[in-house]
Amino acid sequence: MIGTRKDLLGLEELTQEEIVSILDTARTFREVLDRPIPKVPSLRGLTAANLFFEASTRTRLSFELAEKRLSADTVNFQTSGSSVSKGETLKDTARNIEAMGIHLVVIRHQSSGAPHYLARNLDAGVINAGDGTHEHPTQGLLDIFTIRERRGAIAGLRVAIIGDIMHSRVARSNIWGLTKLGASVTIAGPPTMMPMEVERFGVKVARSVDEAIEGADVVNILRIQLERQRGSLYSSLREYARVYGVTSTRLKRAKADVTVMHPGPMNRGVEIAQDVADGKHSVILEQVTNGVAVRMAVLYLLAGHKASGESTPETPTPEIKKTHGEPSLHPRR
Amino acid sequence: MANPLCIRGGRVLDPARGIDRAQDLWIQDGRIAGLGEDAPADVRGSRATEVIQVQGAVICPGLVDIHVHLREPGQEEKETIETGTRAAARGGFTTIACMPNTTPPLDERPRIEWVIRRSRESGHARVLPIAAVTRGQMGEQLTEIEDLVDAGAVAVSDDGKPVRNAEIMRRALELTRCLNVPVIQHAEDPDLKGEGVMHEGWTSTRLGMKGIPDAAESVIVARDALLAELTGGHVHVAHVSAARSVEIIRRAKARGIRMTAETAPHYLTLTDEAVQGYDPRTKMNPPLRSARDRDALIEAVADGTLDCLATDHAPHTEIEKDSDFEAAPFGIVGLETALGVYLKALVEPNHLTLSELILRLTVNPLRVLGQPGGTLEAGAPADVTVFDPAGRWRVEAAEFASMGRNTPFEGWELPGRVLLTMLGGRVTHRAMAMEGSAR
Repeated sequence: MIGTRKDLLGLEELTQEEIVSILDTARTFREVLDRPIPKVPSLRGLTAANLFFEASTRTRLSFELAEKRLSADTVNFQTSGSSVSKGETLKDTARNIEAMGIHLVVIRHQSSGAPHYLARNLDAGVINAGDGTHEHPTQGLLDIFTIRERRGAIAGLRVAIIGDIMHSRVARSNIWGLTKLGASVTIAGPPTMMPMEVERFGVKVARSVDEAIEGADVVNILRIQLERQRGSLYSSLREYARVYGVTSTRLKRAKADVTVMHPGPMNRGVEIAQDVADGKHSVILEQVTNGVAVRMAVLYLLAGHKASGESTPETPTPEIKKTHGEPSLHPRR
Repeated sequence: MANPLCIRGGRVLDPARGIDRAQDLWIQDGRIAGLGEDAPADVRGSRATEVIQVQGAVICPGLVDIHVHLREPGQEEKETIETGTRAAARGGFTTIACMPNTTPPLDERPRIEWVIRRSRESGHARVLPIAAVTRGQMGEQLTEIEDLVDAGAVAVSDDGKPVRNAEIMRRALELTRCLNVPVIQHAEDPDLKGEGVMHEGWTSTRLGMKGIPDAAESVIVARDALLAELTGGHVHVAHVSAARSVEIIRRAKARGIRMTAETAPHYLTLTDEAVQGYDPRTKMNPPLRSARDRDALIEAVADGTLDCLATDHAPHTEIEKDSDFEAAPFGIVGLETALGVYLKALVEPNHLTLSELILRLTVNPLRVLGQPGGTLEAGAPADVTVFDPAGRWRVEAAEFASMGRNTPFEGWELPGRVLLTMLGGRVTHRAMAMEGSAR
C-alpha cells in the first residue's frame, strides 16, 4: 500500500515519504528488469484492467508490461470517441469492472477527475494513467525516478519545465512531486498557456525559456499538444519553435551536465530540436525504461498485499533497502 | 362565505408595509382579511373559525422566486410543472417565474398559454412564465414579444444562453421598454467561457479543468448597462456571480440606468474550492467563484445593489449528474433549500435583518417583473408562508418533492424549517399538525 491508499490518483495528495517509498521500490524493480528472466510472481492471481478512453501507445504498453512482469492477468479496453455519452460509459464500465472481479484499474480519460469518479465507485484500486489536463502521476514518478538515478538526491536541484503548462498533466504531477522532494522548479512557456495563479504551486515563473534554463540541473520539455490547441493560444508552430523551442544554443545556459527530458511523443523541431532530442544530455529513452519499473512499484504497493502468490525462496519480492538515507518501505505480507 | 381562518401565535412580517409584530393573521375566502384588530369584526367574531397555532414562527407573504427551470414541456425526465411547483410549495414559495429554455422553448403564444394553464391545473404555486427573447433561443430573430407579454409572459430571456448579439439586445430593450417588462440576461460571453467548466483561478489550475473567467460574465453586464442607457430599457441580470459584475451594476444604478439583478444561494455560501473532489453537484453556470466574489455578493445583497434573491433551480436527472465532473450538465436545484441557506448566509451573520431578507424574497422580485403583490394587505390573495426561523433541519435530497436531487447542500443543517405554505388561502405545504378548532 501507499500509505493506506487504495488508489493512486495524483501526486498532490502523496506525502514526501510515500513518494520516496515508491521510488525506492521502483529501484528494486529496475534491477529485476535487467535479469535474464525479468518477471516476478508478486501479483499472481490478480487481474488488472487497462481502460484507455483516450489514445495512448507508450503509457498503455508500459502499464501492460509492468503488469505482466508482476505476473498479473491483464485485460485491455480501448475506446476513442464512442457514441454514448462519456458519463454513461464510465458508470457502466465501473459496474462491469465490479461484476468481473477486477483488482486493479488503470484508467486514462480525457476528463479531469474521471479516475476520482471511478475510485469513489469501486472497491478495486484505481491508478490514474492521465486524466484530462489534471495529473499523470506515474509519469511524474518516472521522471523523478530518472532524475534521482542520474543526479542523486532531488532536494536542491534546479528543474526547468518548459512548454504548455496549462494543458499538461505531466507538468502538474512533476511540479507536485519535485517540490515535495525539495527541488526548485522554474516554469516557462507561452503566457496564453500559463494557468491562472500558477505560482501557487510553489514554482517560479520565468519570463523566457532562457531565463528558466539558466543554471538548470534538469530541463523537462513538454510536448506541445496540437490536438488541444485552439486558435488563440499560439499563432503558429513556427512561432512556437522560435520562441519556446529548446535548442542546443539555449541549452548552453544550463549546467554543463544538464539532464534533458521529454515525456514523449516528441514533436522534433518544434518544442525540442533534433540535436537536443538525440544529444548526450538526453535521457528520454531511459525515462521509457524506468517507466516500467515505476509502474511495477505502484502496482505492487497498491495491490501486492492482495496477491495470493505463495512466495518461493527465489521470489524476487523486492528487498527493501535504504536508499539515500530516506525512509524505508515496509511492504505488507 | 367559507369559514374564516386564523393563523395565531406567530410573528407577522410584512416588510413592504413595515410590519413586524406578534399578531393574528385572518384569512377569509382565499384573501387576507386583516391583521389582529384590523380584521373585520364579523370575521373575528365568527364561531366557525379554524385556528392554526404557529407559536414562535414567522408569518410572511408567500415567497417569490424569479428564476426557476421547470423543464416542462420536453424535459419531463428532469422536472415537471407538477413536481417543480410542489418543490416550490415545500420551500415556502407561492410564486415562481419559469425560464423559457424548455423543449420547445417558450417562444410562441400557445406555449406561454399552455404553461399558465398547466400550472393552474397543478395548483401548487403561481407560475409566471418568461418568454424567449429570440426564436428558438437561437439569438438571431426576435420573438413576437408584444404577443407573448399579452399572453401572460412577465419578462423575456434566453436564459441558459446569453443574448449574444448586441444589436438584438438593443432592439429587445427598445421593444420591452414600452411593455414595461425586463429583458433578463444570462450574462456570459460564450467565447470567453469557451469550454470552461468551473471558475478560472487557483482551484481550476490545480484540478486541471478549463476555467470560466469572471470577465465572461462582467463584460456582458457592462455591455448591457450601456445598452440599457442607450435605450431606456430595463435589463435584469440573472444569477450574478462575480464581484466585478456587482461593481458595474452598482455604478449603473447610480447613473440612473434601469438595471436590476439577482443572485442565488450557492454564490453566497460556496466558493470554487467546493469543486475539489470533482463532485458534479458543485457544477453550475455561472460557476462558484472566489471567496472575494462571495463576500462582494453578500455586501451587494445587503446594500441593495442586488435587488432580489432567486434560486436558479435547475433540476437534472441522477443519471446525468452521476458522472465525472466534466461530462455532467451545469445546474443544481434550489427551491427546497433556498430559505434555509439564505437565513444561514445572510440573517444569522447579521448581514440582513429577517425583514430585509423577506423583502428580497417577496416584493423585490415582483417589482422587478412589474407585478403587484408580495404583502399581507387586506384584500390581497392569501399567499402566506410560515416558517420557524430557529428550527434546524437536515437537507436530505431523497425527500425533495423536486425530481432533481442535485444539491450541493446535502447533509447541511439549515435554519428556517417551512411549516406552512398557503396559496390563495389553500394549504400547499404543511409540516406541522393542523389543529382546526372553534374559538
